[in-house]
Amino acid sequence: MEAFNLVPWIVFLPVIGLLLNAAIGRRIGERGAALVAIGASGGAFVISVLQYLSLAAHPEGAVVPVADWIGIGALNIPWAFRVDTLSVTMMLVVSGVGTLIHIYAAGYMHYDVRYKEDVGSYARFFVYLNLFIAAMMILVGGDSYLMLFVGWEGVGLCSYLLIGFWYSRSPDGKHGILNSLAAKKAFVVNRIGDFGFLLAMFAIFWAFGSLNFDEVLPHAEAVAPWIIMFITLAMLLGVTGKSAQLPLYVWLPDAMAGPTPVSALIHAATMVTAGVYLVARSAPLFAAVPAAQSIVALVGGLTALFAATIAVGQYDIKKVLAYSTISQLGFMVAAVGMGAFVAGMFHLITHAFFKALLFLGAGSVILSLERAHHPLDGHHKESAHEEKAHAHFDPQDMREMGGLRKQIPLTFWVYLIGALALAGIPPLAGFFSKDEILADALAANPLVYVLLTAAAFLTAFYMGRQVLMVFFGKARSHPAEKAVESPLVVTLPLVALAALSVFGGFINIPGVHQFTSWLEHTLGHELAHATEFNVVVALLSTVLALGAIYLAWTLYGRQPLEAKQVDPLRKRLGRIFVGMENKWWVDEFYAWLIVRPYKRFAAFLADKVDWAFWHDWVHDSVIARGFRGLAHFLANPVDLGVIDGIANGLAATANGLAKGLSFFQTGFVRNYALVTFFGVVLMLGYLVFSS
Amino acid sequence: MVPVSYYFALSAILFALGALGVLIRRNAIIIFMSVELMLNAANLLFVAFARTYEALNGQIYVFFIIAVAAAEVAVGLAIIVAIFKTKQSIDIDEMSSLKG
Repeated sequence: MEAFNLVPWIVFLPVIGLLLNAAIGRRIGERGAALVAIGASGGAFVISVLQYLSLAAHPEGAVVPVADWIGIGALNIPWAFRVDTLSVTMMLVVSGVGTLIHIYAAGYMHYDVRYKEDVGSYARFFVYLNLFIAAMMILVGGDSYLMLFVGWEGVGLCSYLLIGFWYSRSPDGKHGILNSLAAKKAFVVNRIGDFGFLLAMFAIFWAFGSLNFDEVLPHAEAVAPWIIMFITLAMLLGVTGKSAQLPLYVWLPDAMAGPTPVSALIHAATMVTAGVYLVARSAPLFAAVPAAQSIVALVGGLTALFAATIAVGQYDIKKVLAYSTISQLGFMVAAVGMGAFVAGMFHLITHAFFKALLFLGAGSVILSLERAHHPLDGHHKESAHEEKAHAHFDPQDMREMGGLRKQIPLTFWVYLIGALALAGIPPLAGFFSKDEILADALAANPLVYVLLTAAAFLTAFYMGRQVLMVFFGKARSHPAEKAVESPLVVTLPLVALAALSVFGGFINIPGVHQFTSWLEHTLGHELAHATEFNVVVALLSTVLALGAIYLAWTLYGRQPLEAKQVDPLRKRLGRIFVGMENKWWVDEFYAWLIVRPYKRFAAFLADKVDWAFWHDWVHDSVIARGFRGLAHFLANPVDLGVIDGIANGLAATANGLAKGLSFFQTGFVRNYALVTFFGVVLMLGYLVFSS
Repeated sequence: MVPVSYYFALSAILFALGALGVLIRRNAIIIFMSVELMLNAANLLFVAFARTYEALNGQIYVFFIIAVAAAEVAVGLAIIVAIFKTKQSIDIDEMSSLKG
C-alpha cells in the first residue's frame, strides 16, 4: 500500500539522472555517465516492481496526486499518477526493457561515438535516453488525457532528438544531413497525428467537461454516439501517427537513422506502442461505437499486411525490422480495435521483448561488422585513415553479410530466438500473443483475420529470409569473414531479452489467463474477456509460419546467396518484388501528393505572395512609394513653400522695414538732437495743453 | 525785489539760446557750451523759485546739477579729445559713420 506513494519517482529518478548527466556527464567519464543513466532507469524499474507488488495486494489501484496544474473554474487537472493494472503493465515494460537497453547502449555507444568521431556525445545520448524514460512514464502514468499528451509530446521530442542524434551525418555514417531530415520527417508526420489527438481532447473536454480518466471513461454511455465516433476517429489519427499505422507510418523506417539502441527502445518496444496504450486506456470510448472499432481494426489489419510485404523486399537489416515493427503494431492496433484489448496489450508486451531483442541483435551484428571493418583498439588514428582507403562498406546491408553464425554464435542464437518468437513458433512469446489476436479476429472480424493471417505468414517468411541471409551461407564481404563477437555488456541484455522472449508468452497462456484477470481490474469484466484458445487457428498459423520458413529456406537456404547476386525472389515475383523493394513507392507518392505541392505552394507563397506581392508591390510600390511621395510633398510644397516662405517672409519684412527705417538714420548727430528736441516739445505741449 | 517772472523769462531765453546752439552749431565745443547754457538756465529757475517760496529743495537740486554737469564735462571733453585724435576734427557732421 505504501508503495503507491512512490510512483512519482518513476519520473523523478530519470529526471535526476538526465540532469546529473547533463551537468557533469562529460566529466565523470563514460562509465560514470552510463552508470548514472542505468541507475536512474533501473531505479524506475524497481519502483515499477514495487507498484506491481502493491497492486497484487490491492488490485483496485490508486491515484497519487503530485501537484496542482490547471485549475480554471470547474476544470481541474492536477499532476497525478494513476496506478492501475494497465499503467503498471506499461511501466514495467518501459522501465524493464528500457533498463536492459540502457545497459546495452553503454557498450554499443562506446563504439558508436568513436566511429562517428565524437566521443563527447556519449553523455548526451544518455541524457536523451533518460529524458525519454521520464516522458514515457508521464505518458503511461498520467491520470488525465492532458498529462498523457504531455508524455506523448515528450516522447515525440525524444524520438526527434535521438533520430537526429548524429545530426551532421547520413545513415551511412558519412557527413550529410539525411539523419536530420529523417528526424524532421518523424516530427512533422507525428504532428499530423498529434493534431488528431488534440482534436480528440478538445472534443472530450467539450462533451465530458473534463480530461481526467475517472470523469471521462465511466460516462461514455451518456454522450451521443456521433460525438464518441468523432473522438475515437480523431484519436485514431493520433494513433496512426505515433504508432506508425497507415497512412502515417512513413516516418518509422526513416527513424532507423537513429542509433540502434534508440531503434530498439523507442521505435520498436515502447514509444510506438503509445498509440496502442491510448486505445486500450480509452477502451470504454471505443467499445461504445462499434463502427469506429471496425475502422481501427481495419487500419491495423491493412497496415500489418502492407508493411509485411515491404519488409520482404528490404536489404537493410534494420529496415526489415522497422517494417516488421509497423506490421506488428498493426496487429496490436487491430486487436485493440476489435475490442481484444487484453490481446493487444499482451502482444505489446511480448513484442517489446522480442523486437527489442531483434533490434539489439541487429545492432550487435552491425557492431561486429563495424569492428571487423575498422578495428578501434590501439590504432585509432591509423584506422581513420584506413577507412578512406577501404572500399565502401555498409554494415547494415544484409547482402554483404552471410555466414555470421560461426563468427558471432551468441548473437546468432539470441537472434534466432527473437526471430522464431516473432514468426510465432510455439512455445515462444510471439505465438501466444499473436494467436490470441488471431483467435479474437476470427470471432470478431473475418476480413481482419485474413489480413492478419497473411501478414503472419509474411512475417515468418521475411524473418526466415533475414536470418538465412545474415547468419547462414558464406560470408559475402571481407568484414563478414572476420566479424568479432560483441562484448559482454552488449550480449548480456540480449540474453536477458531472449529469456523473456522465450518465457514472456506464459504470462497469459490459454486456460489460465493471468494477464486477462490482471487487466480486468482496470478494464472491467466486459472489456477484458478471456479468449477461448482456438486450436484450428493456432494450428493453422503454426503450419503457415513453418511453411513460410521452409519457403524462405528453399529460396535463401538451400542455395546460399553469392556476393552481388540478385535476390532470388526477384525472378519469381518480378514486378511485385520491385514494388516491395521500393516500398510500393509510398514515399514517392506522398512526395507527389503532398510534399511537392506543399513545397510548390510554399514557393508560391514565398516568391509570389511574399516577395512579389508584399515586398515588391505592397512595400515597394504602395508603402515606399507612398511614403516617398508624402516625403516629397512635405519637402517641396510644405517645407520649401510654407515653412521656408514664413521664414523668408519674416526676413524680407525685417529687411524692408530696416531699409525704410534707415532713411531716418542719417548719421548726423544734430538731426537726432533736433528730433529729440521736437519730440520733447511735442510731449510737453501735449502734457500742457491736454490738462 | 525783482518779480519771479523776470527770472522765468531770462531762464527761458537762456534755454532757447542753448537749444538753438546745440541744434545748429557744428563745433563740438560750442555744442558743449550750449548744453551748459541750458543747464544753467534750469539752475537759474531752480534758485529763483527757491528764493520765492523760501524752500531749500531747489537749491539742493542746483548743487546736484552743477556736480553732474562737471562730471559730464569731464567725460564729454575726453570724448571730444578722442574724436579729434582719430578724425583730426571736431566737426559733428563728420561723425556719421553709424548711419545705415
